[in-house]
Amino acid sequence: MHPIIKLVSQRLALGFLLLFGASALIFGLTEALPGDAAQAVLGQSATPEALANLREEMGLNRPAMTRYFEWLGGIVQGDLGQSLTNKLDIAESIGKRLGNTLFLACVAAIVSVPLAIFLGLLAVRYRNRWPDKLISGITLTTVSIPEFLIGYVVIYYVSVKLGWFSSLAMINDSMSFGQKLYAIALPAFVLTLVVLAQMMRMTRAAILNLMQSAYIETAELKGLSTFQVIARHAFPNAISPIVNVVMLNLAYLVVGVVVVEVVFVYPGMGQYLVDAVTKRDVPVVLACGVVFAAVYIGLNMVADIVSILANPRLRHPK
Amino acid sequence: MSDTLLKVRDLKIGATVYPPGEKPHDIEIVHGVSFDLAPGKVLGLIGESGAGKSTIGLASMAYGRGGVEITGGEVWVNGRDIMKSSVGDVRNLRGGEVTYVSQSAAASFNPAKKIMDQVVEAAVEHKKFSRKEAEARARELFAKLGLPDPDNIGDRYPHQVSGGQLQRCMTALALCPEPDLVVFDEPTTALDVTTQIDVLMAIKEAIAATGVAALYITHDLAVVAQVSDDIMVLRMGNTVEYGNTDQIINNPQEEYTQALVSVRSIEHEEKQPSPDPVLSVDGITARYKGLNFDVLHNVNVELHPGQTLAVVGESGSGKSTLARVITGLLPPRDGEITFAGRKLSSDLKGRSREDLRELQMIYQMADVAMNPRQTVGTIIGRPLEFYFNLRGSEKRKRIVELLDEIELGEKYMDRYPAELSGGQKQRVCIARSLAAKPKMIICDEVTSALDPLVADGILKLLLDLQKIEDVAYLFITHDLATVRAISDSIAVMYQGRVVRYGPKSQVLSPPFDDYTDLLLSSVPEMHLGWLEEVVAHRKMESAGN
Repeated sequence: MHPIIKLVSQRLALGFLLLFGASALIFGLTEALPGDAAQAVLGQSATPEALANLREEMGLNRPAMTRYFEWLGGIVQGDLGQSLTNKLDIAESIGKRLGNTLFLACVAAIVSVPLAIFLGLLAVRYRNRWPDKLISGITLTTVSIPEFLIGYVVIYYVSVKLGWFSSLAMINDSMSFGQKLYAIALPAFVLTLVVLAQMMRMTRAAILNLMQSAYIETAELKGLSTFQVIARHAFPNAISPIVNVVMLNLAYLVVGVVVVEVVFVYPGMGQYLVDAVTKRDVPVVLACGVVFAAVYIGLNMVADIVSILANPRLRHPK
Repeated sequence: MSDTLLKVRDLKIGATVYPPGEKPHDIEIVHGVSFDLAPGKVLGLIGESGAGKSTIGLASMAYGRGGVEITGGEVWVNGRDIMKSSVGDVRNLRGGEVTYVSQSAAASFNPAKKIMDQVVEAAVEHKKFSRKEAEARARELFAKLGLPDPDNIGDRYPHQVSGGQLQRCMTALALCPEPDLVVFDEPTTALDVTTQIDVLMAIKEAIAATGVAALYITHDLAVVAQVSDDIMVLRMGNTVEYGNTDQIINNPQEEYTQALVSVRSIEHEEKQPSPDPVLSVDGITARYKGLNFDVLHNVNVELHPGQTLAVVGESGSGKSTLARVITGLLPPRDGEITFAGRKLSSDLKGRSREDLRELQMIYQMADVAMNPRQTVGTIIGRPLEFYFNLRGSEKRKRIVELLDEIELGEKYMDRYPAELSGGQKQRVCIARSLAAKPKMIICDEVTSALDPLVADGILKLLLDLQKIEDVAYLFITHDLATVRAISDSIAVMYQGRVVRYGPKSQVLSPPFDDYTDLLLSSVPEMHLGWLEEVVAHRKMESAGN
């Protein structure tokens, strides 16, 4: 078998194993919380009899292991269960909100990834001169300020003072694509600022590291321009570390948007999760946890696989 | 084209150094070197490390490695002063008029790109040829340089060809844009000696066929004697001697050049084997975890007390693996090792402290074999504490004794490894192993990373210490000159097998087996025309077969 196929299938298997472990962890943690779904539904003033009845009805008296595998079985078949608060099918609610979150994350990624790599290349080209220092300074500043603060500052100046954008990033199905883009411009901007620094600095560091290589000297001694050397000779070898940090940030865009979504009241996964936690809607929390875990593990798996594919020694064995 | 292709006048090169705890300051590493190179001629630049030979070579391309700068003098290429050239002109010079072949082609080829893309890049970039013409020329060069499958080898990635082949590809890369001058920077140093001879011949023929001029940089006078018209001997940034090859080799004027020419002339009388060997290796077969083939096949050798067994072979022959088996780092699959009359546990964990003490090891890379944060005294003192429980003045006295034995003396006791030269570091490593009062020391390529004169000093020291301490050496090396200088018996290894074994006089005398013959005849000899003689001889033999 080609070593690539072997390595990739190993990564896939490992990914599924990890996801399985994550689901057990999430289930276990919500089990460990005080109170259960019956308590949550009936509230603090419920009588012990009513609680016992509801527990019987919801099957909460059965051992945790049985319930876990039932729950897991449901997930495998795409059934995430029902919300406790509004009795709606969770899969359906999540589907729409995940779509919104992914839309926001994609827009932020489409802006930030090429920008970060370009800025990283630029910083290498003008290393230790003012463009490098300026880029590093600005990106480090933006990454150091908490995103909710950036969010509110942006809202205050851009929507309140200037009135260019709405402070609420509400979108719905009746809006056109352009209208949607306009609506999410501010949260996408904030997310871009948050993820830009790490990707840019990693690109810079990865390429600078490679610039010490003997083959970069060879390229310089061929009389290539600095930018040709970086783009043709350093960048292809930097793909693997760059892809890793890009994927980590993409995962952050999906999983870590909670705060930004809340600030801009955006109807995405983050809002949904925060709502569910306040209402102690355990099945929804569980479902969101699994979806987040799946996205995180999935993207990192992609990064791993791209790294494998980017390695010429594995792609073209002797 | 002018009569002189490369004219260097009073070249001074400097660099800024950042010593820890001191202010950064400028130092001069080349102090006014002058030479001329006519079109189609080859000038050999020779010297030990730190002589400034690579720095001078790169200066002819207006290039300085890591903050190195030309601080004075003139460099003229094709009648232009390249120090006064514009950035664009310098770019046209590099890769167009002057090209470069580095020591390690394996590191100098971009691992992510096909060989062909890299070989033609400069020619296409400088518009010397169209991509198609350049590729045709590259294939022609591949064939000329004796590469297998010249039509398709360019489609491979660097890791898919061998080290010797890659070095030839690098030569093709340098010749592809039809430059006027090629800088060869130690192009065969990293190769095995049997590979070196082929690459050397390929380079020499390619130079002759294309009429290109060359600067040939190396530390090996015997190699440079085969390819160059003139030789410049450099030492610490100064010209020691500059003349034509015949004069430098056969009639050197300066003392330093004479030392270089006569290097490796240590004579060592072979000792007679005693009845009881200190080490006997019986039927060792070993493989590494995860590999499905053996790297050692039924190896049998013996080492007698106070004598030296040289294990010689090229990379991949299994000589270092044998050392790992003897030290217990790699338990063998079969066979056993008897040391000082007792059977050694195959696993390191099963060995007693006495086993460990009596069997010491010295490594190739002295720098990384010592803790950079410990002083020489601490490094040598450690085995004294560990094996003999020496403390205080007793320990100090013994450390001073050892420092005297390695000809360094007490004043080195409080120095750190970073303050020592390469040869001094290796001496400290020798003292550390002697501190354990071993019966036997495994020396793994201990002189390979050193300049020839320094290496000679280390070999002499090891021979002297052997007389005083009556210690046996298992001496692992790829260098046959070292083998001649130090050994009493020799084991020649090839592909995990001992192909020839016996007392030195017997192993180095005909009739030879094929491999030993190839190995012995590949060692460069310090006389003009050696390369042609060997190659002609081999051609005749293969025609005879």
